[in-house]
Amino acid sequence: MPLVKNGRITTDLFVGVADGAELPGDGAIMVTAERFLADPEALLRRAGKVGVIWPNNRDLDDLVPYLDRLAAVALVFPTFRDGRAYSQARLLRERHGYDGELRATGQVLRDQFVFMSRAGFDAFEVRKEADADAFAATMKRYTVFYQPTGDGRVTALNRRMLQRHSESAGQ
Amino acid sequence: MYAYDELDRTLISERVSEFRDQVKRRLSGELTEDEFKILRLQNGVYLQLHAYMFRVAIPYGTLSSKQLRALAHVARRYDRGYGHFTTRQNIQFNWIKLAELPDALADLAEVGIHAMQTSGNNMRNVTSDQWAGVAPGEIEDPRIWSELLRQHTTLHPEFSFLPRKFKIAITASEHDRAAIKIHDIGLRLHKNADGETGFEVLVGGGLGRTPFIAKTIKPFVHGRDILSYVEAILRVYNQYGRRDNIYKARIKILVHELGIEKFAREVEEEWKQMGDVGLTLDHAAIEEVRSRFSYPAYEKLPHMPDELKQAAHDPVFERWRKNSVFPHKVQGYSIVTLSLKPVGGPPGDATAEQMDAIADLADRYSFGEIRVGHEQNLALPHVAKRDLPALFKALDRVGLATPNVNLVTDIIACPGLDYCSLANARSIPIAQELTRRFANHDTAGLIGRLHINISGCINACGHHHVGHIGILGVEKNGEEFYQITIGGRADENAQMGTLIGPAVPYAEVADVIEDIVEAYLALRDRPEELFVDTVKRLGVEPFRERVYATR
Repeated sequence: MPLVKNGRITTDLFVGVADGAELPGDGAIMVTAERFLADPEALLRRAGKVGVIWPNNRDLDDLVPYLDRLAAVALVFPTFRDGRAYSQARLLRERHGYDGELRATGQVLRDQFVFMSRAGFDAFEVRKEADADAFAATMKRYTVFYQPTGDGRVTALNRRMLQRHSESAGQ
Repeated sequence: MYAYDELDRTLISERVSEFRDQVKRRLSGELTEDEFKILRLQNGVYLQLHAYMFRVAIPYGTLSSKQLRALAHVARRYDRGYGHFTTRQNIQFNWIKLAELPDALADLAEVGIHAMQTSGNNMRNVTSDQWAGVAPGEIEDPRIWSELLRQHTTLHPEFSFLPRKFKIAITASEHDRAAIKIHDIGLRLHKNADGETGFEVLVGGGLGRTPFIAKTIKPFVHGRDILSYVEAILRVYNQYGRRDNIYKARIKILVHELGIEKFAREVEEEWKQMGDVGLTLDHAAIEEVRSRFSYPAYEKLPHMPDELKQAAHDPVFERWRKNSVFPHKVQGYSIVTLSLKPVGGPPGDATAEQMDAIADLADRYSFGEIRVGHEQNLALPHVAKRDLPALFKALDRVGLATPNVNLVTDIIACPGLDYCSLANARSIPIAQELTRRFANHDTAGLIGRLHINISGCINACGHHHVGHIGILGVEKNGEEFYQITIGGRADENAQMGTLIGPAVPYAEVADVIEDIVEAYLALRDRPEELFVDTVKRLGVEPFRERVYATR
């Protein structure tokens, strides 16, 4: 499954470690929420980055204390019609100030890229090769955005206000 | 009218090209039907019994003549020459070919019309009072706020994959014509003690198999905060609404399971934590949107022009005027309702020719503006009273002057088993038969205001629960049966109707309705007592007796 990060297909540096499986000596690992919460300090002390796969029905409160020491959080789309992780993503980015990798995993199609990016995702485990290849083109699909989110894109309303302001300044 | 600017138009055409790509990927097999289903629903495309059905949004029920002509064009070019207006200010086309859909959308995009989020589990078309901006006594034009919400809910990056569909309605009048109490969020515009504009916020209304009347979670949310408050409600719902069972996924179930107090606390908590996230609407932002609504340059006209005095001698005109013409906030003008409920016709349908004719009449007599109401009728919102006689003649010629607005034959009905793959029973033929039974307009006038609502299945698209008389199609041993309720209403005193007894077979429905109406005529206190008030005063028992005594 291709990983798209920072806009291009890239090698996944994180190694998924199943619950109960032995940890590699070093290198970046991705673990489940259960495994992480069982002994977070031990995992965070270890040499190598830590990422956590956080289920979409679990409150973020348990994760928040560790955010500044995590290299990645993967949020889950069990099917693409299940949109809970969009809220989690925005809360992590906009309320809790998380600035590490925020990865979308599960059923990720090109049709969600813009929404996901606006919600704060910057890494995408994409189901289909063709969708991963189309990432850059898909991200250019929209140039107008109505809602403010933490992604910094200027909203339609703000563009109108700026335009109005510059028009009146020019008179 | 709200004038779309370059940004609105750009977004719509970007959406059309995205959908074109999605259709292309489906036709090439790149997308599975399962994947495509969610994507097409987000753009108003259902697969029905015979073909794809295409639902187009008419935000807050306002259309320009140019837009109505574009809908007529779509009906003619891509469908079978007609469209069906729904109870949520949408229009549906029933015979669209998938491969042609992107072109139909592109044609509509040219006049600023789209089908975004007219189905699927997202925020649906924001609806409002069809008399917004012209109703006497209105607090202010609710379409300003409807438009702000339309923009905010369109392609929302967080709430496009909700547990289930989500509907918002806004009213700014004492009399609620937008049925806000049967919406996921109902907003009632009013002013607080300091004269500031804000909203009473109601949550959790809805019909379907578990009907609920919406409850108030906050009596006053300041206008500047309405987007952030709605955002807080949606965030709570997106995270905690049930996703394990499609029938329990609407916000009404979450509100019911948590209790309104706990739900309100959750929203309040989320809202407080949200802080300033750029959603607060300052004065300039509200004025920005307000400035792009244009209003007619009304003339100073007499209350009673000569043309109207003369026409008053014509009883046919007078009957229509008394039934279909309503007071306007500006002297000398009227709001005219165009009945889409001709005797023997399917409720809410309009042919392409009728749409073109209405567009022409709107240009001539209503400053180019048309409204769509949840009762599946249209309205011309700014007709000078002196023009009423001429307008009547013109409407009559195209079959749009049936004087039955709000009467027993002004029936709300879903498409039912004639089109819909969810339906258990037919709705349209029941409505057609009832309009024939009560075809005498004098009799209908004598009966007075009476709303009959028909749904072909428990999903309640015909809002049967809130009909003064509600008719619900069910299936019993492979046959069509109908449950009948009475005493429901959808206005500011919204409530569910009460079942009067066992379901009756298809062939008996019209007889039963006639019995109920006859019982009412015998039981009412005085001619002015409406059907629904008689039911309230006496309960269902006398009606039940009348209907089932001989059955």
